Amino acid sequence: MFSTILSAAVIGIEAHPVQVEADICDGLPQFCMVGDLAPEVREAADRVRTALRNTKILFPPKKVTINLSPAHIRKEGTRFDLPIAVSLLLALGIIPREYAEGVLIVGELGLNGKVRPVSGVLQTVMLARDLGCRFCVIPAENAGEGAAVSGIPVVGVDSLERLLGCLAVPEGWREQAVGREESTGAKAGYGEDFKEINGQEAVRRAAEIAAAGMHNFLMIGSPGSGKTMIARRMPTILPGLTLEESLEVSRVYSACGLLSGREGLMKTRPFRSPHHTVSANALAGGGRQVRPGEISLATRGVLFLDELPEFSRNALEALRQPMEEGRVVISRTGGTYVFPAHFQLVAALNPCKCGYYPDRERCRCLPGEISQYLHRISRPLLDRIDICVETSRVEYRELAGNEGNESSAAIRARVEEAHRRQRERYGNRGWNFNSGIPSSAIKKFCPLGSREMEIMETAFERLGLSARAYHRIIKVARTIADLEGEQRIREHHLLEAIGYRSLDLKFWGR
Amino acid sequence: MAEWQQDIRFVRKEDEAYPGRLRPYAGMPGKIYVRGRLPEEGRPAVAIVGARRSTPYGNGTARTFAKELAAAGVQIISGMAWGIDGMAHEGALEAGGDTYAVLGCGVDICYPSGHRGLYERLIREGGVLSEQPPGMPPKSGHFPARNRIISALSDLVLVVEAGEKSGALITADLALEQGKDVYAVPGRVGDVQSRGCLNLIRQGAGLADSPDTILDVLGVSPAGNREPTKILLAKEENIVYSWICLQPVSLEMLVQKTGMPAGKVLSILVSLELKGCIRQIQKNDYVRTD
Repeated sequence: MFSTILSAAVIGIEAHPVQVEADICDGLPQFCMVGDLAPEVREAADRVRTALRNTKILFPPKKVTINLSPAHIRKEGTRFDLPIAVSLLLALGIIPREYAEGVLIVGELGLNGKVRPVSGVLQTVMLARDLGCRFCVIPAENAGEGAAVSGIPVVGVDSLERLLGCLAVPEGWREQAVGREESTGAKAGYGEDFKEINGQEAVRRAAEIAAAGMHNFLMIGSPGSGKTMIARRMPTILPGLTLEESLEVSRVYSACGLLSGREGLMKTRPFRSPHHTVSANALAGGGRQVRPGEISLATRGVLFLDELPEFSRNALEALRQPMEEGRVVISRTGGTYVFPAHFQLVAALNPCKCGYYPDRERCRCLPGEISQYLHRISRPLLDRIDICVETSRVEYRELAGNEGNESSAAIRARVEEAHRRQRERYGNRGWNFNSGIPSSAIKKFCPLGSREMEIMETAFERLGLSARAYHRIIKVARTIADLEGEQRIREHHLLEAIGYRSLDLKFWGR
Repeated sequence: MAEWQQDIRFVRKEDEAYPGRLRPYAGMPGKIYVRGRLPEEGRPAVAIVGARRSTPYGNGTARTFAKELAAAGVQIISGMAWGIDGMAHEGALEAGGDTYAVLGCGVDICYPSGHRGLYERLIREGGVLSEQPPGMPPKSGHFPARNRIISALSDLVLVVEAGEKSGALITADLALEQGKDVYAVPGRVGDVQSRGCLNLIRQGAGLADSPDTILDVLGVSPAGNREPTKILLAKEENIVYSWICLQPVSLEMLVQKTGMPAGKVLSILVSLELKGCIRQIQKNDYVRTD
């Protein structure tokens, strides 16, 4: 008896259809699996057989052949247990063939017949919808994730028995279909709020500008001055995720098995802060089974790199191309993987190795040591950071008081307004924010008056700015003007923007 | 011979070129190696020395003193070390004056290596000298020894900033033994890097409160047209400027003190910076320039 059922493999963050075929015939009892299978897929044989027996289904001593087609795609993970079980039940005639037509199934089986959650459910259900399936069977624990996809009914099953109830009975699946919650770009609920930060007016202002123009952002300050606190709150002042963005983020999280099953789509902007020992592959994505890295997990959110000079040069260099393109391309012999990487970089560093310069009562670093420490940061990376600001030591008075601080919601309202202005200005030119304006378009979108030109000229002479810094300053000035609702870049916008210029290592400590 | 080897000169005690200032003292080297020029005999010379781990205040002071003295025609002698020494050389070069570094290693070696740019300017526009033969690496024993040359070459030793056990104090002691004047720039009472200077002043060193004091002692008249250029500041600029002193003040502190919004304070700071009234010594930490 031959049977076939539809399932899907997830490679990178994309789902690909896989046909699970089973054939049971007379011969020496044997369970044979083919189709480029990873060891964990091969082990499904034992799980499925035991699970069937423990669900009181008699398995005949016959020759069983399972094929996962197309045979040239490497199948990994435990998501094929359930489709293999179903294909056997079909071949045995326990499930009528017509009930399983147009159904896509994924799930892992326990020996007792329970169904366990798997990763990549979101893209699997989306694939089922795109293939025009009738409905999709997924583990009950992933139900929320699957139900977030509109346009296809989803059934969450927690055991083989339930699965039988769903497929062996006419229209049995309708009873177990998961109610779909209306997923919109829901208001983000974060655990943190800018309200909790006392003082640090200058950094608050810089953070607001960074969020408004999606500028990359660098904080310099001694240990304990609140760099991490502020970075954690960056997502809270960014506008809520749109449905499209939420799907992009959720696909990455689903593929990595990081989506909590109950909540469905990601509703908050991600915040990732990898430790400084992170490898280039873990940061940008890669590995034997190619998986998205931290930059893809931070897409549409914030990637926070604390102690920037401590990161390995390799890891930081890997950031450069994704930062330009908003995606990361990983090429392997097995294929090319593309992951999204629309993240905002927030970095923090100490002014010197001990962290206390210029407080000479505590800092014992020689000027040479200080510049050596700072020179570890790659220059090209620094060139992609538009805003740089100092966090200052917190005084007790500031620690104790906790009133009148502006909340994230209030800041977010202004940021949203600035985003709207930028979208109007740039339309569909290929970039949405001031930080993305290509140098060739700066003259067109950020014209300077004669007075403003004069300031830039003086700044060049006095402060020894580089040509790259010139463009960065104008982009930041554009954002400051947008926050104020000004059409033109004015003198004070430009002056403030110069104040946020990146650290010039040449003049450091002089 | 490599190119650098050709421009190293070698001066023996018997030679005419040997610095006259070194002759009166016992224990001076029999020969010295020079790249660039040697200090001139007829002109006054001041040694500016101090801590390597200097504060921004010390850096600013050293630079200003060196600049004003050099502008008045005084030769600035120092040791090209990190901190005060380097600042003194830079200040002098900025004024277009003459400045000489006495090294604790061979004159072909740039130590500390981070001063490469300064080292090369010194060779072109001033001089680098040492009693150590070319190729000699820097050794800790060489440095106290080169200090005796620094003090001997100068008419007056100015200590800008020194901790309690700073090497600059050795130079000051040697200078006293050689009968030179020692002046110290006072710092704040509590600062670690001011203790050495304050001790010197207590022991009777001169109080260097401005470059003019030093010029007076040397009997040199200050450089002409030093009329402070009056810069007119707007009212708000004045408010911010009044909070900035020689000790670094952070942007955050200024926002608190003035009660103005952070963005506004920052734009005022930048405009002050562009006018040359203040300097950013580190990201968002500012000091006065005068």
